[in-house]
Amino acid sequence: MKLTTTLMASTAMVMAGTSAFADAHMASEMTIVSWGGAYSASQKAAYHDPYSEANGVTIVNDESSAEAVAKLRAMSEAGNVTWDVVDVVAADAIRLCDEGLALEIDFDTQLANGDDGSTASEDFGDLLVSDCFIPQIVYSTTAGYRTDLVGDTPPTSICAMFDLEAYPGMRSLEKRPINNMEWALLCDGVAKADVYDVLETEAGQSQAFAKLDTIKDNVVWWSAGADTPQLLADGEVIMGTTYNGRLFALIEEQNQPVGMLWDAQVFDLDGWIIPTGLSPEREARALDYVKFATDTQRLADQAMYISYGPARASSAPLVGQHATLGIDMAQHMPTDPENAKNTFLYNYEWWADYRDDLDAKFQAWLSQ
Amino acid sequence: MVNSTFPVANVGTSCFSPCIERGLSHQSQGELGLTNTKSETAFVEFERVQKSYDGEKLVVKDLNLAMPKGEFLTMLGPSGSGKTTCLMMLAGFETATHGEIRLDGVSINHIPPHKRGIGMVFQNYALFPHMTVAENLSFPLEVRKMGKSVREEKVMRALGMVQMQDFAGRRPTQLSGGQQQRIALARALVFEPELVLMDEPLGALDKQLRETLQFEITHLAHELGITVVYVTHDQTEALTMSDRVAVFDDGRIQQLAPPDELYESPKNSFVAQFIGENNTLDGVVQEIKGNTCIVKLDSGDIIDAIPVNVSAVGERTKVSIRPERVEFDKSRLQDGAHTLKAEVLEFIYMGDIFRTRLRVAGIDDFVIKSRNAPDQTRLIPGQQIEIGWLAEDCRALDA
Amino acid sequence: MTDTSNSGPVLAADGRPLKASLNRALRRQKLRAMLLIAPLLIFIMITFVVPIGQMLFRSVENQIVSDVLPRTTQMLVEWDASSGDAPDNTVFAALTKDLMVAVEKKQHTRLGSRLNYETTGVSSLFRKSGRKVDDMGEGYTDQFVALDPTWADPVFWADLMEAPSAADALPQTTDAYNAFASTIISEDEKDPRAEQPWHTVYLSLHQDLTADPAADVSGLPAEVAAAQAVAGGFASEDLAASYIKIDKDWGTVETWQTIQTYSPKFTNGYFLNAVDMQKSPDGAEWRPEDQQIYLTLFVRTMIMSMTITISCILLGYPVAWLLANLPMRQANLLMILVLLPFWTSLLVRTSAWKVLLQQQGVINDIVVWLGLVADDNRLALINNATGTIIAMTHILLPFMILPLYSVMKTIPPAYLRAAKSLGATNWTAFWRVYFPQSVPGIGAGSILVFILSIGYYITPEIVGGTKGVFISNRIAYHISSSLNWGLAAALGAILLAVVLLLYWAYDRIVGIDNVKLGG
Repeated sequence: MKLTTTLMASTAMVMAGTSAFADAHMASEMTIVSWGGAYSASQKAAYHDPYSEANGVTIVNDESSAEAVAKLRAMSEAGNVTWDVVDVVAADAIRLCDEGLALEIDFDTQLANGDDGSTASEDFGDLLVSDCFIPQIVYSTTAGYRTDLVGDTPPTSICAMFDLEAYPGMRSLEKRPINNMEWALLCDGVAKADVYDVLETEAGQSQAFAKLDTIKDNVVWWSAGADTPQLLADGEVIMGTTYNGRLFALIEEQNQPVGMLWDAQVFDLDGWIIPTGLSPEREARALDYVKFATDTQRLADQAMYISYGPARASSAPLVGQHATLGIDMAQHMPTDPENAKNTFLYNYEWWADYRDDLDAKFQAWLSQ
Repeated sequence: MVNSTFPVANVGTSCFSPCIERGLSHQSQGELGLTNTKSETAFVEFERVQKSYDGEKLVVKDLNLAMPKGEFLTMLGPSGSGKTTCLMMLAGFETATHGEIRLDGVSINHIPPHKRGIGMVFQNYALFPHMTVAENLSFPLEVRKMGKSVREEKVMRALGMVQMQDFAGRRPTQLSGGQQQRIALARALVFEPELVLMDEPLGALDKQLRETLQFEITHLAHELGITVVYVTHDQTEALTMSDRVAVFDDGRIQQLAPPDELYESPKNSFVAQFIGENNTLDGVVQEIKGNTCIVKLDSGDIIDAIPVNVSAVGERTKVSIRPERVEFDKSRLQDGAHTLKAEVLEFIYMGDIFRTRLRVAGIDDFVIKSRNAPDQTRLIPGQQIEIGWLAEDCRALDA
Repeated sequence: MTDTSNSGPVLAADGRPLKASLNRALRRQKLRAMLLIAPLLIFIMITFVVPIGQMLFRSVENQIVSDVLPRTTQMLVEWDASSGDAPDNTVFAALTKDLMVAVEKKQHTRLGSRLNYETTGVSSLFRKSGRKVDDMGEGYTDQFVALDPTWADPVFWADLMEAPSAADALPQTTDAYNAFASTIISEDEKDPRAEQPWHTVYLSLHQDLTADPAADVSGLPAEVAAAQAVAGGFASEDLAASYIKIDKDWGTVETWQTIQTYSPKFTNGYFLNAVDMQKSPDGAEWRPEDQQIYLTLFVRTMIMSMTITISCILLGYPVAWLLANLPMRQANLLMILVLLPFWTSLLVRTSAWKVLLQQQGVINDIVVWLGLVADDNRLALINNATGTIIAMTHILLPFMILPLYSVMKTIPPAYLRAAKSLGATNWTAFWRVYFPQSVPGIGAGSILVFILSIGYYITPEIVGGTKGVFISNRIAYHISSSLNWGLAAALGAILLAVVLLLYWAYDRIVGIDNVKLGG
């Protein structure tokens, strides 16, 4: 482009842009995408209903979070993004942010301060793993076991998963390298702090696969969060990993003889992103919604319905009792100090780099 | 002409596998020997055969029939009269609910169709579409485990019988209806069965082709000396082809007789109406004198007839007169014969004959036919005439 | 006369050739026929041909590298990987200019994701570098501004760059300034006349002025000539070192090789990946054994789909025969049972399979109870290839039964009777007469079942464990999870090619006209 024309165009565009923003008002309808099931229900009760009541906004629920990344990319390429706010896990948020599909958020100005006066970035702290991602809950992937099938000494360590002698039987693990590789190294004597450094090397990867090899024949690999609870309930496996909320439901709501293993559970985050390419009205509405939905009280409210920990530090003291069971929810939160004695921190940045490579290796290893 | 159409093929009447199979069944069903003696000359025999599909209604009621070897018998009747069911029982595709069917003196009730050795021609030919003409013909020989050269020879001979040698390599779908029919016939004959069943084989063909094939089939049957059971609902076909015709109605044989007898002397009003054109008048028997009787029609007119199905004075009757036996020229009638007044309603010129519709004794569809001869009178609509007939042409049948 | 009229074209009454007249007469008819099918044709083009074409295009498309790093890729053409050294500072300078724009347009992380499919670590390399790139070249800015504060004036810059001879005298600077100006206009909606240029502009200016210290700058403001005089003496900045400080990977040959290898606008890299190969400096080579998976999956997909097709034939044939031969009332009932899998939700079906097939499931309980297998040696019927075959056969059975049924319905019973009357036993009559006529139904059903089964991925994912998953599961993974759409497209294209190849083989062996869906 010739410079003069560029400059002339610039003035026009700046003008047009300003006027568009000056007229901005917020859309009266929005589509919020989430995971469905009990999780969506908890969001509806804690966020959607109060928000639409207060603002007269119609909220349409879409249960497409599992395919959110691909769908958002397709929508963006087609130039027609129909979603306003999307609930995704942190790893997907990083990917969407990298792809330029998620809006970057200025946390301190665009989100509410904590009830305790802290700024949003102080309140969320380390959980702000991406510029586009507003954390909502902390969940953990952890192990559960059948209390009646593991003998007299129930497991206390994640390494029971690799101990076929003490705990013979089938176990279920997620069909992906993430978490499994870390656990394998941890149980093969690698110090927690060194896990990712070791895993970065060919030798470290081989070591992890070798450890997984020892139990390979005894593993049922799951791909849906509901699998392990079902396998445990039917006695197909004696222990298995899944999300702590699923185990909570299995133990407390369905009263199955299952115990929860709070050891080396891997923290992960789930939260909101706002897609790029929305009209100013819709973007303003979406930002307004997430500001409301991620304030201290709202995040604490969600824990009444599902056993996932609020992502704000300031919400923790406000967590109350389960809406129907009436039990104290604080002790069931993965963030509860009693449960979080030995946790494992998931390295998002590292996995963003190694995911493609290790996934290929993991799939090749599985099919051997 | 006849000879050139049908080069005499030496298929012969000697049989091989059907005879062997029948022989085997003789041994396994020894007690059937008792019934063998029933009718020494009968080749095909139905004895008190009944058939019901649903256990509520009889489709075939008490059928008795005996056919000598070499006979061409036609089962004729309206649809639903039980004729096809009879054929299927004979072929083995339906089992008789009651009674016995014998072939050459042996009960075949429990012999499966493929062991009966009966040739069959189906309504829509049932030529196997995935095989060529030669393969179709070869099929029955293959299942009889004949060698290749024997098969080829027999196939060509059978194709020769129906003049289709040039079509051996074609597929059935590439043939016309008449050609397919010939192949179906050849296939039914190629394994040299003694009995061939034909289920309305010419039903789908046009009139001219049908007539040609009617002639060819009868000729071939007599040439080969095979026994044929032929099912049709076309009375002309039945009359022209058969040695004997069995007229079916309501699950029974109404009359079993050679064609001329069937036409000339129908035993009941169903047969009279079903075979050929027929005028029917309703009335009451007034007097019976030996082999003639006097019938008083419902219109009050008095006519002469011969009693066929009537035995007592006062009985109701249907009187049947063939159109070509009605006379309107008084000079041709016997003296003292009763006549009826008639009014000409319609005159139809049909080339070889004239067909005239009259109003007689209160009915409007009384038809007379007269030969188109130089001295023949052409009646004019509106004309008042008197008609009459010979008493022996007028049959008093059941009401 | 007759001879000539016979040899020439036949003429119509008006003297035109008959053929032309006929064509003219038929044109209207053809046009109307065209119009009638036009909606469907357009619909198929839009919903089927275009998307498939686009997807296939993705399998070779690779424009992102040269679009995001235009200057770098151009510089890299001359770089020789076999030297064993990372490129020199001029390449890093080009990289800085490219990255500066890319970061503003938020393209660098996309490029990182793209190149991370090829070399692990590039994703974070670009993400990390993107955060620091706006500091690169700061030293030059400082030195120019120290020399003369006018260099910090946006208006001076704008006027300088508008000078007619600027492009000739300061080519790199003009290029960098244009990139700066157009980017801040489009991305930030800012006015270049109010913004000081990026450091990359000063970096370029330094490059221009030092590249040819005697260049003619007479047509430009005096500040340029003044700077030209001293630029050679400026402290130069070691960009390479700065980058390596951000991430040591910038100093490795491998990183640069990846960028160089994937510079072209089109690549066969995805297709190589899809057959377990990879690009290397010496051309294509096999991937390390511990990463080979796709060929195994292709073969497995084909074998298992064929197994499923065969089990569908074996189970479906008798059912279709019953359907075609039972009285209407019973046939309808049976038809409902056949269609039941269609009406059951995936969730219900999945639960049912688990309840039935798992080790503590109904079938295992029964065989253990019957004493057929020992309690501690229960059959593995799910989470493996067996599970996939059982479940897929169940789902796809109707696709076999329906075409078979509709073909069998058209086979008159008279054929079987004819065969029997000709002396064939029940078996011979079936095998020689009935079966050949039902082959078109088997063909149609098999094509349907086979093609559907190679495309199924949800069911194998649920019940297939590790040994019962298909290539389509990997395609789905790359579409929805890894976002490696190029690889997914390549895998899909290969699958499509294999299907077409099988279709061709089928046509050669059985004949495609021998396929019937009915009547």
